[in-house]
Amino acid sequence: MDFGPFLLLASLEGLVQAAVLSLTALGLCLTFGVMRVVNVSHGEFYMLGAVIAWWAASILGPKYALSGYLIALFLAPCIVGLLALASERFVLRSLNYEPEATIVATIGILYIIQQTVLMSFGPDAKPVNPPFYFRIDFPWFGYSGYKLFVIGAAIVVLSGTWYVLARTRVGLIMRATQLDRDMAQAFGIPIKRVYAYVFAAGAMYAALAAVLIVPIRQAHYLMGADPLLMSFIVVIIGGLGSVRGAIVAAVLIGMSDGIISMFFSPTLAKMVSTLLVALVLVFRPQGLFGVKTS
Amino acid sequence: MTDVTNKLPNSGRRSAIKKVGALAVGAAASPFIPALSGYAFGSDAPIKIGMQAHRTGIGASYGRWYERVATATTKLINEEGGINGRPVELIVEDDGTDPKRGAEVIEKFATLHKVDVAYGTLFSHVVIGSSPRAGELKLPYFVVSEGHHVASGKLNRYVFQPGITDVKSQVISMAPWVSQNLGKKVTMIYPDFAFGHDHRDYFSAAMKQQGGEVLELIAIPPTESSFTRYLPRIPRQTEVLYHVMVGPGVLTFVKEMGQFFGSSRPEIFGFIDSLEAVDFATPQLEFLDGTHFWEAHPRYAQQNQSEFDRFYRERVGVDENGASIDDPGDISTYSHMFGCWETLFILKQAMEASGYKSSTPADKQALIEAVESMEKFEHGRNHPQGSKVFNGKIHQSFGHQHISRVENSRLNVVHTTSIEDGMYEPEGDYTQMPL
Repeated sequence: MDFGPFLLLASLEGLVQAAVLSLTALGLCLTFGVMRVVNVSHGEFYMLGAVIAWWAASILGPKYALSGYLIALFLAPCIVGLLALASERFVLRSLNYEPEATIVATIGILYIIQQTVLMSFGPDAKPVNPPFYFRIDFPWFGYSGYKLFVIGAAIVVLSGTWYVLARTRVGLIMRATQLDRDMAQAFGIPIKRVYAYVFAAGAMYAALAAVLIVPIRQAHYLMGADPLLMSFIVVIIGGLGSVRGAIVAAVLIGMSDGIISMFFSPTLAKMVSTLLVALVLVFRPQGLFGVKTS
Repeated sequence: MTDVTNKLPNSGRRSAIKKVGALAVGAAASPFIPALSGYAFGSDAPIKIGMQAHRTGIGASYGRWYERVATATTKLINEEGGINGRPVELIVEDDGTDPKRGAEVIEKFATLHKVDVAYGTLFSHVVIGSSPRAGELKLPYFVVSEGHHVASGKLNRYVFQPGITDVKSQVISMAPWVSQNLGKKVTMIYPDFAFGHDHRDYFSAAMKQQGGEVLELIAIPPTESSFTRYLPRIPRQTEVLYHVMVGPGVLTFVKEMGQFFGSSRPEIFGFIDSLEAVDFATPQLEFLDGTHFWEAHPRYAQQNQSEFDRFYRERVGVDENGASIDDPGDISTYSHMFGCWETLFILKQAMEASGYKSSTPADKQALIEAVESMEKFEHGRNHPQGSKVFNGKIHQSFGHQHISRVENSRLNVVHTTSIEDGMYEPEGDYTQMPL
């Protein structure tokens, strides 16, 4: 394949990767930014979203792929959000959001979710039909139209998030809590409720990303590991807690992963991302857009 | 180190060989030996077979079917009087398709369950991870893996693969057909671990021998879930795309290949591994129509289906489309799982020939020598996939392979190789190793 089309395909693949990554990383970043909680079970919320999408699709059958998909798009974030709400209420709150304790606790949540899915959903990878199917025929190769939809959907969700954070009262409360928890509380912001909703929202982003990606991949009980790792990489490079940083880093890592994977090898792409993390940690520990804390 | 085999009385080994011969002849002559009533003789303590199953992890679809087949075979053997008059008990442990856990399972079999033999592993990295421990614990280990590692002579004397052929044999027997009928310029896509490397090494060599050429080798990490990014590496002048993939991503792989190529695809020759446990009637797989697959044991019952295959399908609960009788959406791993059936019958034959009583070192030695002295398995009820030749030096069977064409979401066999097509010079001799 010539260089031009090769680059086009690499960029498209990179953009799909970036789209999904920015959503999952955004969730992780919100939880960390506002709550200072490192949520290790984030990947499992993602996996759960995919499993729910499969479940909705398999109940309705292949004839109603579109309705199944739309239902999943609504239901998966809701169910996962409720579950996250419950784990925040009963686990994280009881630990008083201690950083070390919450890491261990979320590892526990990770295993509980993973093993419950293994016992109920089973160990097989299960496919979900895309809501629509068309193949874009470039002169050099074909490409799934649904993948372009994923990129578009991610842009819409990200813009919405930006609007909420920057322009609404909800966003203001979240930013205030992130900036100074005690001061925010002194001004009458219900910190605990903010925490609960933020944790739920973080998980919902992961679930949403999974519903978007599952027709391209498949639902599998071990699928959470990779997005978790990648999200951490993105959040560290972007700056812990910085939403803008997370999105920029997701696009950067997604694109570089797509392009390096294709021109060289996927293993090299993973090595480059890991190396970037190391470099950022050494030379700019607060990340690209993070704020230095004393 | 002393060679323990020399200390064994010669007559023991010779008589074991004779018994195996006699049994083989008997089995060939009348495959349907009437069932014995109850357990004819010996103690009632069961013979314990420890099955290392991929219940979870990337091999789960295979694991599920391997376990079903092993259970069905054990049931049949027990109905017919067990082994040496003793019932057979299958003890199943999950290895998570993970080499480290595989070795732990072997250890558990030897020390906790005190099994007589370990059995049933498929994924090559688990076999390679478990074999050294089986050798150290002197636990006979019968794998159903397809990899070339057993036949390579690099494992140890306790590891056998009598119930399924190995990759090297499979690919060299099919390379001539591929080069004559599909094309000579090949690009290979394979998983980046032992099993995939067997394909890479032996198919490339076999194609070169046929005057063909491998243009590009594309290795894919076994846990990969997205594949489009690998496809542009397929050179445009490729005549045949050779694919063999395993793990949960297989369906995604085939779908993305379809999206990438559309109608302008090269000839495609795949190992059925890329679609084991996957329904050919899945949307977006239509593009596979007209492509070819290797099958060891045809998934769809063919017109010349043998009575043995019919019997086997009935006992393991598979319909004529290779799906579970209870759930047509649950597709079997038909081209591999027959190995579990055949291996257990071989084990029975060898245990009976060697007069196996308990898991003492002497009995285990006699069992190993009995298996090593086997030469041939005739096509029959106990060997529904077809007849096989066994090489005791490399602990490996050789058999027939099938090339099938996808026609209307169904595989029809277009070519069957002879056993000789897949023979190669042995690379080692386990019988020279001490027991």
